[in-house]
Amino acid sequence: MNGIKRIVTGLTAVLLVQAAPVVQADYTLNLRQGVTPISREIYDLHMIILWICVAIGVLVFGVMFYSVLRHRRSQGAVAAQFHESTFVEIIWTLVPSLILVAMAIPATKTLIAMEDTSNPDLTIQVTGYQWKWHYRYLDDEVSFFSLLATPRDQIENRSPKGEHYLLEVDQPLVVPTQKKIRFLLGSNDVIHSWWVPDLGWKRDAIPGFINESWAWIEEPGTYRGQCAELCGRDHGFMPIVVVAKAEDEYRQWVASQKVAQQSEQALSEQEWSLEQLVARGEEIYNKTCVACHQPGGVGVPNVFPPLKGSPVATGPLEAHINIVLNGKQGTAMQAFAGQLSDLDLAAVISYERNAFGNNTGDHVQPTQIKAAR
Amino acid sequence: MKNSTRQQTNRKLAVRLAGVTLAMFAFGFALVPLYDVFCDITGLNGKDVNRISAVEPVAVDGSRWVTVEFLSNSNAAGSWEFHPSISKLRVQPGKLYSVSYRAHNPTNRSMTMRAVSSIAPGTAAGYVNKLECFCFRQQRFAANEQRLMPLRFMVDNRLPPEVGTVSIAYTLFDSLDGESAPGS
Amino acid sequence: MTDSIQAHADEKPAGLWRWVVTTNHKDIGTLYLLFALLMFFIGGTMSMVIRTELFQPGLQFTDPLFFNQMTTMHALVMIFGAVMPAFVGLANWQIPLMIGAPDMAFPRMNNWSFWLLPFAFSMLLSTLFMPGGAPAGGWTMYPPLVLMTGDAFPYLIFSIHLMGLSSLMGAINIIVTILNMRTPDMPLMKMPLFVWTWLVTAFLLIAAMPVLAGVVTMLLTDRYFGSSFFNAAGGGDPVMFQHIFWFFGHPEVYIMILPAFGVVSTIIPTFARKPLFGYASMVYATASIAFLSFIVWAHHMFTVGMPLVAELFFMYSTMLIAIPTGVKIFNWVSTMWRGSMTFETPMLWAISFVVLFTIGGLSGVMLAITPADFQYQDTYFVVAHFHYVLVTGSVFGIFGAVYYWLPKWTGNMYNERLGKIHFWCSVVFSNLLYFPQHFLGLAGMPRRIPDYAIQFTDWNQVSSIGGFGFGLSQLIFVYVVFHAIRAGRKAPARVWDGAVGLEWSVPSPAPYHTFQEPPKLADGQLQSEGV
Repeated sequence: MNGIKRIVTGLTAVLLVQAAPVVQADYTLNLRQGVTPISREIYDLHMIILWICVAIGVLVFGVMFYSVLRHRRSQGAVAAQFHESTFVEIIWTLVPSLILVAMAIPATKTLIAMEDTSNPDLTIQVTGYQWKWHYRYLDDEVSFFSLLATPRDQIENRSPKGEHYLLEVDQPLVVPTQKKIRFLLGSNDVIHSWWVPDLGWKRDAIPGFINESWAWIEEPGTYRGQCAELCGRDHGFMPIVVVAKAEDEYRQWVASQKVAQQSEQALSEQEWSLEQLVARGEEIYNKTCVACHQPGGVGVPNVFPPLKGSPVATGPLEAHINIVLNGKQGTAMQAFAGQLSDLDLAAVISYERNAFGNNTGDHVQPTQIKAAR
Repeated sequence: MKNSTRQQTNRKLAVRLAGVTLAMFAFGFALVPLYDVFCDITGLNGKDVNRISAVEPVAVDGSRWVTVEFLSNSNAAGSWEFHPSISKLRVQPGKLYSVSYRAHNPTNRSMTMRAVSSIAPGTAAGYVNKLECFCFRQQRFAANEQRLMPLRFMVDNRLPPEVGTVSIAYTLFDSLDGESAPGS
Repeated sequence: MTDSIQAHADEKPAGLWRWVVTTNHKDIGTLYLLFALLMFFIGGTMSMVIRTELFQPGLQFTDPLFFNQMTTMHALVMIFGAVMPAFVGLANWQIPLMIGAPDMAFPRMNNWSFWLLPFAFSMLLSTLFMPGGAPAGGWTMYPPLVLMTGDAFPYLIFSIHLMGLSSLMGAINIIVTILNMRTPDMPLMKMPLFVWTWLVTAFLLIAAMPVLAGVVTMLLTDRYFGSSFFNAAGGGDPVMFQHIFWFFGHPEVYIMILPAFGVVSTIIPTFARKPLFGYASMVYATASIAFLSFIVWAHHMFTVGMPLVAELFFMYSTMLIAIPTGVKIFNWVSTMWRGSMTFETPMLWAISFVVLFTIGGLSGVMLAITPADFQYQDTYFVVAHFHYVLVTGSVFGIFGAVYYWLPKWTGNMYNERLGKIHFWCSVVFSNLLYFPQHFLGLAGMPRRIPDYAIQFTDWNQVSSIGGFGFGLSQLIFVYVVFHAIRAGRKAPARVWDGAVGLEWSVPSPAPYHTFQEPPKLADGQLQSEGV
């Protein structure tokens, strides 16, 4: 019978097809070692168990395929009639149990180390939003949102995709190396999960509760990840970028953040022209609003309302400011007062009232937003 | 076996199995209180009891210092401002401390809010005794009202020794049975 | 049997109405199997949409929201519409035949439990055409996300209630049939393993499905009646949903695999011409897997943040499942050992089941290791794992069973050559489809995303090509079945020379009514002989 030949050719075909790209792109084959002691431990654990599994697989399939090759009727095999043996049953219950114990011991050790969040050097509060992350440094008064930075043109295939397509943000989380960083995770709406493979873990961000985990990053570098728990339409578009810097560079960064927050404040005090506001507003819109309201403000029928010609964007200014500031309950429209500065809010509202053919000519100053808060 | 007796025994067994089904349906609901008990015992999720702890006067453990972090999160409709007055406090177990959270209703209607607390690490949840907390009851805010809300607490002497930092997080929600939010 | 009874035996209403009012276990089995096939193609079409969108990075064909609807509906349709009804169909056809019963214990309830399904799925599928679209929060329905579903929400919940009701009635019927209707010659420990695994499965169903019904009812009241089981604002906890859901969800996994174990334990001895090795240990292993399935649920949710002791407990208990599962695999291999094997299509499916299910089982052991699971959780590694278990496990088991018993059902042999082509296409393409997903997951690709970073492109393309191939291969299956019914050559009563069991003592096709009188068991008529 040519069944064996088929098995062999079939398997070779599968292996060949699967092995071919291995040569050029081995980075997509295995778990990352990561950059923390824990992530390395996990990698080692993963490799040990993988090899144990491979060994078990080879052994079991080896015996089976030997049997398939030799104990076939076409080879003149006559069936034996044995059908039980308490002895071998006991053996193949005991041996796997021992292997499992051997796996459980290092796993338990790693797990205990992972759960030890005591004595951190700094704490960062991570909050998931639909669909962005917010970071707050508890030890320094620094906080900001981190949004997808990949342009819509790339996502919609109108321009070539960059190197870090979908894994780039406007403002990365900057952390020091060689410090125990404790992460406290929470959520503003639905469950998200914060995952950077190089740190070795993911943790769910759950509304109403906080979760914790920690990392000790050894090397400066940029580490990328994304949300891992289905959180709605743009679940695939809320990446995480962690930039690890040496202690003194990190300190400099913190100082510059504080300065930046102050200068943002100063900008908000100024008077802005319609053109300036609309130009700035377009940027904000494309970062913050476009996911739901879509390019051109057309919305998604029955899901996200359009802004083009909408009663809110063309009607009274106060109502427009109010809905952007405070959101709309029971819908996906969030309250943006805490997410954007006075200037950015003024800019995006001005943009929405003048773009998409909503030529109302209205514009709103940052100071008006401040008053409306 | 006669057909009629067989039908009878079949029916009897089916009724029993239907009983099991109903019992399992009820068990699904019984998991709700069981889960709470389980959370209380293990500190799962840092789920925390929203009631006044009975605190007997205890000796202050002068040798031990614990860092308490205060966090806030607003899931309320509208852009509520909700922040602790300080983000960190070094405390001694057994001693009473007072801090406060500031909340501002940005909307122009009155709203009823509820703060839900969660403690990390979960194992510490049973050792933070609150004598007074805004989370015990709903909080009513007039339009544009802004106020400080007190929290008086004590970290228990029996806090497991490996815990050096306790984080107390409050999440602000619209109260489910109060009036709802603006925009509607 | 006298002539008059024989004549009565073939009496049935004619035309379509026969299928609506039928209480015959064979008719209902056929209905279940056809329904499952239809759902398999509907769910399969959805997976084709998913694989098409994932062929390249960037958004080409679907809106992300529609993509989420596809992943959600694909899972619901495949689990509740294809795999479970297919197994109930096999149970309906085979259990009475295998235990020498004239029919199921409650024929009318049997009819009802089938006819609930078309209503349940019409309701579920109709949500695709509603404003706001179908449910898009994942088949696991985690709140708060699922509570944001639009008009589809009550339809989702009510259709799950109906599916649950249907499988519960099916399960009760099966238990009563097996416990009360066996021919007096057949003690429990001589039942064919397919019957044993279904008995255990039915008990899992009546223990697990009501919990699902309960938890979705809580979702319903949370959304419409102001309760707050899962809403932190009212003192509830969204994580509690996950605990209760997976308390159902893990047994559900075994509900979908245990009957396949039974099928494989039936097919392998037939074509190895050798009794099943370790019959008793197979029964005990099945029972212990079922028991363990109730204490491992939280391994689906290690990342929600549990106390260390809970994480350790669920890690250890999950690893324990490997032991009885291993026993089963070793027993199958020992059954083949020193047999006299031939490789007809059902045997090919059974052998590929043993290999590919074992791959799924081994990745399951890896997933059980909590620290490593913090990396694997919610990635394509998990997707690869459960598709190995459910497609190359359960679905291949179902294909094996259909090829094995089709001659008994239709009276005609299927075309062996076409059957083998179907098998080889399926096995090659399914591996092309699912194996690269291990790599994707390890490299960091999360599940349920419509678009991905460019380094995942190569393997996604391989996977998509495998997906299209696997989907197209299933058209061969439809043709094979059609061809067997129309043009297959006549099958003898004992279709396979190595087959044992009561179903082979009746003619092919099996008469409309069989075993009106309990049959006597001859020596060597059961696999478990000699235990």
